Amino acid sequence: MVRRTNVVLRRIYPIAPRDLEQAGTVSTHVRRELLALGMNPDVVRRASVVCFEGEMNMVLYSQGGRIILLVKEDRVEILFSDHGPGIADIDLASQPGYSTAPDWARELGFGAGLGINNMEKNSDLFKIRSRVGEGTVVRATILVGVPFF
Amino acid sequence: MQLAQIAADLGLECLVPLEPEREVRGGYCSDLLSDVLAHTQPGDLWITHQRHLNVVAVGKLREVAGIVFARGLRPSPDVVARAQTERVNLFVSPDPAFEVAGKLYRALHP
Repeated sequence: MVRRTNVVLRRIYPIAPRDLEQAGTVSTHVRRELLALGMNPDVVRRASVVCFEGEMNMVLYSQGGRIILLVKEDRVEILFSDHGPGIADIDLASQPGYSTAPDWARELGFGAGLGINNMEKNSDLFKIRSRVGEGTVVRATILVGVPFF
Repeated sequence: MQLAQIAADLGLECLVPLEPEREVRGGYCSDLLSDVLAHTQPGDLWITHQRHLNVVAVGKLREVAGIVFARGLRPSPDVVARAQTERVNLFVSPDPAFEVAGKLYRALHP
């Protein structure tokens, strides 16, 4: 049986495509919220990196969507869902060094091909689901010092 | 070593002076944001040529001690304003990144 844990905090942030001016503001807001809850600095840093990479991917590559922050008693969950275009080959997109970033984004220091990798490394549970023409949903979970059982 | 001391030793111009007593523990030199997110440690001085708004967010999220723009590169006023709001220490160095990193290394490991 899955134990349901209480939601401590829930935030929903809309993400506009190609809005680089605002890009990064969701992540800094999420960081502030987690710090205000008194969470462990390491958990806050990991969640911040996951959030920033996901946010930048949505801004650079998606047609917009939203980020949902859920803080539960034992975990931080960040959900990224967009309206497309979807990822045809998730394994390929997750490969370190692979990027479809245009030149203008690379010149700004994006498109290193490490985004998904960084998200995965900083998460305890990580899942991407995507359908071309529909959109992508990413769920990243960071456990907050749970006991092993 | 304290940020104010490092800034004086390296001849850095301070654009956003916030925490002169912040402890600098190391440095990282990169223009790739994901690389910085993956490898900087809290308290590092981040040396870069990137100077757009997202740099402030990356510096904040990784809790770097400060960001140094190398080769005299200056960020626009909106970047400085964002750094003030987010409380991120910004510096400009006239030196190329290699020399900034070299001087920082020498200061931290005399």
